[in-house]
Amino acid sequence: MQDKNSSKVYDVIIVGSGAGGGMATKVLSEAGLKVAVVEAGPHFDPADPAQRTQMKWPYESPRRGAGSQRPFGDFDSAYGGWEIDGEPYTRVPGTKFDWFRSHMLGGRTNHWGRISLRFGPNDFKHKSIDGLGDDWPIGYDDVKPYYNKVDKLIGVFGTKENLPNEPDGYFLPPPKPRLHELYFIKGSKKVGVPVIPARMSMLTKKINNDRGVCYYCGQCSRGCSVYADFSAGTCLIFPAQKAGGQIDLYVNSVVREVITNDEGKATGVTYISKDDRKEYSLKGKVVVLAASACSSARILLNSKSKQHPNGLGNSSGMVGKYLHDSTGASRAAFIPALMNRDIYNEDGVGGMHIYTPWWLDNRKLDFPRGYHLEMWGGMGMPSYGFGFNVNDLNKHIGEKVGGYGEQLRADVKKFYGSVVGISGRGECIAREDNYCELDPEVVDEFGIPVLRFNYTWTEHERLQAKHMHNTFEEILDAMGGKILGEKPGKEDDYGLAAPGRIIHEVGTTRMGNDPNKSVTNAYEQLHDANNVFVVDGGPFVSQADKNPTWTILALAWRTSDYIVDQLKKRNI
Amino acid sequence: MDRRDTIKSMLVGSIAGGLILSACQPDADEKKKSGETSDGLYGRTEKEKAHDLKVMGETFFNEHEVATIAVLCDLILPASASAGSAVDAGVPEFISFIARDIQSHQLPLRGGMMWLDHEATKRFTQAFILCSIDQQKQILDTIAYPEDAAPESAQGVKFFTLMRNLVLTGYYTSRMGIDDLGYQGNTPNTWDGVPDTVLAKHGLAYEEEWLAKCIDQEKRAVVAEWDAEGNLVN
Repeated sequence: MQDKNSSKVYDVIIVGSGAGGGMATKVLSEAGLKVAVVEAGPHFDPADPAQRTQMKWPYESPRRGAGSQRPFGDFDSAYGGWEIDGEPYTRVPGTKFDWFRSHMLGGRTNHWGRISLRFGPNDFKHKSIDGLGDDWPIGYDDVKPYYNKVDKLIGVFGTKENLPNEPDGYFLPPPKPRLHELYFIKGSKKVGVPVIPARMSMLTKKINNDRGVCYYCGQCSRGCSVYADFSAGTCLIFPAQKAGGQIDLYVNSVVREVITNDEGKATGVTYISKDDRKEYSLKGKVVVLAASACSSARILLNSKSKQHPNGLGNSSGMVGKYLHDSTGASRAAFIPALMNRDIYNEDGVGGMHIYTPWWLDNRKLDFPRGYHLEMWGGMGMPSYGFGFNVNDLNKHIGEKVGGYGEQLRADVKKFYGSVVGISGRGECIAREDNYCELDPEVVDEFGIPVLRFNYTWTEHERLQAKHMHNTFEEILDAMGGKILGEKPGKEDDYGLAAPGRIIHEVGTTRMGNDPNKSVTNAYEQLHDANNVFVVDGGPFVSQADKNPTWTILALAWRTSDYIVDQLKKRNI
Repeated sequence: MDRRDTIKSMLVGSIAGGLILSACQPDADEKKKSGETSDGLYGRTEKEKAHDLKVMGETFFNEHEVATIAVLCDLILPASASAGSAVDAGVPEFISFIARDIQSHQLPLRGGMMWLDHEATKRFTQAFILCSIDQQKQILDTIAYPEDAAPESAQGVKFFTLMRNLVLTGYYTSRMGIDDLGYQGNTPNTWDGVPDTVLAKHGLAYEEEWLAKCIDQEKRAVVAEWDAEGNLVN
């Protein structure tokens, strides 16, 4: 093994450059610390013409944007996917888990949905409410100041609604709803489901002079070349570099383990360079893991030493445990009133302009924990798959399905923008017996032991998905929709997506006050090594019915402030 | 040269067929302008570029299959008064690529075309592409309408549905197809709500209270500031 920069000792080594790693890079470098960022994938800048996919037409891809190379289509800005050549993972037979990884600067923040929700007061203390899972060792008031700072630094549109568990923030004004979204609002109102403007991190208004304003191409999943949406590279790491931060970026560098000394404290990391397939080491006073919940757990489990025989931070055996993803289910409908639409540009922001936060009382329901609703539809840019089953919808209006010739052109135009859908995203109860662990036999192409997953749903999640589908039907029906497909039944887990599929996996290094039942303390600091921190979704005690990114960002900022403070006080 | 003559010539021999094929295609500059050729400038990683090049260098369909695809393309989407046909939009080339890129299409397409030729030979004693347009349509009429099709045509229905899907998707993701559809987006703009005429047509209106919270596009370039309570002040 070779020492890279053998004389150099970094103040902090940050592993991963997504939401958590990006925030740590910014805050720690701005505090004057010497920072190394170690990223498994290449450098990525959505403004770089060689990497840019935004504003491309489908015919600029020979496969017209099909998902045969990138799972969410050729223009999606995620380098990786559900399976990565040479970097497998395994599952315990009879269990399911799908793991989406994106190896590039900025990680999954380059393509994510930008739904930017704060956790509410109840979300941190849910055991106190329904007796399930565990409470966080912190509460909303601990995180609130950081949510405020994140809002102002990064920008999020939304509206003040004064809802008890959906805290308001420092919002930019939202865009107006699209036509199909007005149908949703009307239909939902009829059945008593509230709808409010979405809360998403695109700049509808200027937030500073370094970033552009949204120009409504609807392509946030491709990354924004004017930096008008949030990604960790464009909004955190690049500005930190520009501000003169002492940041060394190590890209194409796969961290194998954290190295510890005789006292069990971290002294650095080892990594394999994808460029020459050799192993190197870096020295640092503090190590911040932000490789994503499961990847950070994997690094810890692989960091075995005399002092940490079960892996670093794992004296409790809790590393990898309590893995949980959001629940998810979806349904679509054909809206006859949206046939033969006037065509105009309604690309809008990349995703929904409206949404429904959880609105019911679980005490009156047969499942715990809520879900929110995301709505979709509209006259989007054609891509591979557009025009498939071109006139199947004719069966809903008494016309002939199939055919060929001139008529098909009319059918395409008749149904363009007439299909809408709803997705539910809910909270799963975190359980110790849902976990990832090291596979005892399998290594990846770098010789690093890989993860083996063990994840099952319970009736809590299944009944929640059942309820989601009832809600979908009520709303779609109230919109005058012809609901498509069959309603999934018990044999199909009520349409519940496989674990991992919502890509909100968290909990693998959960925080807590009891070192026997948690991996980190309330500052995301390992109980077992006080100079190692985890700032991705790993420390989440519970995932709430929200999306995790805004909370990852707020907690990473809070932890970074703590690191600066502890270094000053020479406590670490 | 009319379509049937072209196709018959293609079968004469590979050299002549090749010449005719290229003579009937728009020239390279024209294709580049219409975006039908990929120059790799769509944000590929090195690995992806290598994959594209590899796939582009491969051949799957034989000459007869290529000719059959072209015939089917224009039966499925002939030219209209205002837009070119599927062949004009380069759909056969797209289908040729996608069958190499998504290999699960290969068997159903190849086998389906053989099914079609078998059917054509049985009914009209010649391959599908050599049949008259009327004869071709007679065959298609038995497989193009899933609800009416006879059970013994089920395999043909499945093939034709796949072919129709690929033709439609290839066409409407081409420049020509996007223009025919009338898609207005993929261009910088300022979204300021549904046009009034459209709202009126649908009997909908924005709620005043909701609208008051939305972005005033006149102020989008003004750097946001908030008061201590988080209210936007500008």
